Amino acid sequence: MISLAGRDILHAWGKFVFTGMGLGLLIGITLSMAGIYRGMVDDAKVLLDNSGADLWVVQKDTLGPYAEPSSIYDDIWRGIRGIPGVDQAANITYLTMQVSKKGGDVRVLVAGMTPGGPGIPGWPPYLVAGRQITRSHYEAVADITSGLKLGECIKLRRNHYTIVGLTRRMVSSNGDPMIFIPLKDAQEEQFLKDNDAIWAQRRRTAENPAFNRPGVPGLLGAIIASQSTNPYVNAILVRVKKGYDPEQVAESIRRWKRLTVYTRSQMEEIVVGKLIATAAKQIFMFLVILSLVSSAIVAFIIYTLTLGKIREIAVLKLIGTKNRTIVGLIMQQSIALGVIGFVVGKIAATLLMAPIFPKYVLLEPLDSVIGFIAVVVICILSSIVAIHAALKVDPAEAIGG
Amino acid sequence: MKKLPFQKRTLALFAIIVPLLVLFVYVALYSGPLAPISVVLTTVENKSISPALFGIGTVEARYTYKIGPTYPGRVKLLKVDVGDQVRAGQNLGEMDPVDLDERIRAQAAAMKRANAQLREAQARKDYAQAQALRYEQLFKAHSTSEEVSAAKRQDLLVAQAALNAAREEVSRLDADLNALKAQRRNLALIAPADGLVVSRDAEPGTTVVAGQPVVELIDPNTLWINVRFDQIRADGLAANLPAQIVLRSQGGKVWAGRILRVEPLADAVTEETLAKVVFDHIPDPMPPIGELAEVTVILPPLAAGPVIPNAAIRRLDGKLGVWEVVGHKLRYTPVSLGISDLEGHVQVLKGLEVGDRIVAYSEDSLNKHKRIHVVDHIPGVTQ
Repeated sequence: MISLAGRDILHAWGKFVFTGMGLGLLIGITLSMAGIYRGMVDDAKVLLDNSGADLWVVQKDTLGPYAEPSSIYDDIWRGIRGIPGVDQAANITYLTMQVSKKGGDVRVLVAGMTPGGPGIPGWPPYLVAGRQITRSHYEAVADITSGLKLGECIKLRRNHYTIVGLTRRMVSSNGDPMIFIPLKDAQEEQFLKDNDAIWAQRRRTAENPAFNRPGVPGLLGAIIASQSTNPYVNAILVRVKKGYDPEQVAESIRRWKRLTVYTRSQMEEIVVGKLIATAAKQIFMFLVILSLVSSAIVAFIIYTLTLGKIREIAVLKLIGTKNRTIVGLIMQQSIALGVIGFVVGKIAATLLMAPIFPKYVLLEPLDSVIGFIAVVVICILSSIVAIHAALKVDPAEAIGG
Repeated sequence: MKKLPFQKRTLALFAIIVPLLVLFVYVALYSGPLAPISVVLTTVENKSISPALFGIGTVEARYTYKIGPTYPGRVKLLKVDVGDQVRAGQNLGEMDPVDLDERIRAQAAAMKRANAQLREAQARKDYAQAQALRYEQLFKAHSTSEEVSAAKRQDLLVAQAALNAAREEVSRLDADLNALKAQRRNLALIAPADGLVVSRDAEPGTTVVAGQPVVELIDPNTLWINVRFDQIRADGLAANLPAQIVLRSQGGKVWAGRILRVEPLADAVTEETLAKVVFDHIPDPMPPIGELAEVTVILPPLAAGPVIPNAAIRRLDGKLGVWEVVGHKLRYTPVSLGISDLEGHVQVLKGLEVGDRIVAYSEDSLNKHKRIHVVDHIPGVTQ
């Protein structure tokens, strides 16, 4: 049996293929939008994955360190390390800042990590080039999207850092690339102001008669020295020993150390559910609207394509073709159109659209499968409308008008 | 021939559809989460590494002399300024004596008076002695009563006591005068050693409390660097190891030095071990006290052994290890690591053999089931 749909497609294959491609670009945009949404959520999740922590210990009653500022003393980790079930505990600081480099500047999240070596919570879990930090000062590992190169020297606040390693997919919840530097440097970056501010602060202290007492030499020096230390970090990353329940360990830290502790799932809830919630919802709504508009356009295209063939359908009916054959013709054509559209869309989204976005676009295979099913369903549904119109056509139209 | 137009159309359709499908399959398999992960491999090398320690510190003087008065007072004059070289024993300035000179004069006058009183007591004693002797003889000749003779003997004893008292008074006043003179001398600010004036903390006319420094001296020939090493990377630190010193003001220029001593007391709060590093030759001009210095200490090279780059180290299920590539499959091999150097080489004590192929860099996290794609360098890394 000859395929009527195939014959018809071959008859005007150029029109068919180009319609399919147009449709494909539309589907491609929708897939990209889904990828942008997924990428956004993934950015937030990799931030948590890359820290390598099971628990986050933060300042009491804060949502730190990602969603709210949090600061705790940098010697608290020792007490936490002693709690049963804790395998590793490491201080960490996070500071978002603008870093100038050759040819412009870039927004980065600077993470200060506890010295010790790869495998300590907070260290980049893998590199794409260079090496991990070995000196306890003035070295940095940067995410490749920051555009920094190995050996490049960057200035963060007061000090110069040499990029010794590059990594990938180490981003903040906003998608900003991360730079890893040693903890002590990071504490200084967070706290030490510029020289003018330091001088002004010293003068302010010196002019306060309570601090600059004539009979007590050395008091002023001691106060100034105590003003220029920063014994704080933003959080402690805790890795739980195998066989212990993170929630139980978290509970004992909450109880005995009176600090707020988040487990991985709670942290994900904070980062995905609170920190990026509105932005993600915004994108998601756009995705929903785009999907609806795309479905409508697909439906219209198929409907008009069918209506364009109304005369031929009338002829078919005139020569006594079965309704089933006509339904098959229209449905096969619209599904073929949908498949071509999807294939073109997937290729365009992956090869053309995703790479040009500045932020991460994650095209999940499952999304593609859902997209494919949706496209086919929409094609079938819209062809039903067209079929309805085609079956209603009067065979007399073939010879009339 | 009749079928040709039809075939042409079919061919054209195929020419579009087939590449499209090929591209689609490629895209589905080689991008996104299903794509193989690009990795860069390296081999475990047999190499001797020279571990090194890195610390930062500040330039300090080994000997600092803080010179100030021992009593509260006002600075009268200061002869030296910051940057002056001074010799041991040199007078640097003076405190205001206020009434000390007058008190010395008063004391001297009191001395004279006491001497006069001493002479008077001596005269009284001499007279009393003569009287006592005379009455003694008169009593022997029974020309006087025993009572009068006894009275004269008593007069002599009293006069002798008065003379002793006057003598002691003179030595007391003498000591007092000497004390005042010593105090007067003490007002001078004297350099205890050869040195360089680094700070002038009070100007003439300023009142300072006892012990407050007026002038600070250092010995510029004893500069050292107080270096802090993170305790986690301070293993092997010992006296006499060679060190490279880079001063913040002279970035790039390396000064040779050595560790003088490792402090027995570490800093418990900052978790740092302290050490003193001395220059082999003190830079000229002298670096300012307090300048930041980076110190790299080179430890003796280790015996050759399996060495891997630290970028290869991963952590999986609570164990440090590396991804070993066996055939085309990934295998996680836990390793126990030894000493590392500053260039990122780490000694492997257990777990790997020389020549094993391991993953150095990967563009994403790896796991056993991931497909890998071996490349020279990860895409996006500019060489």
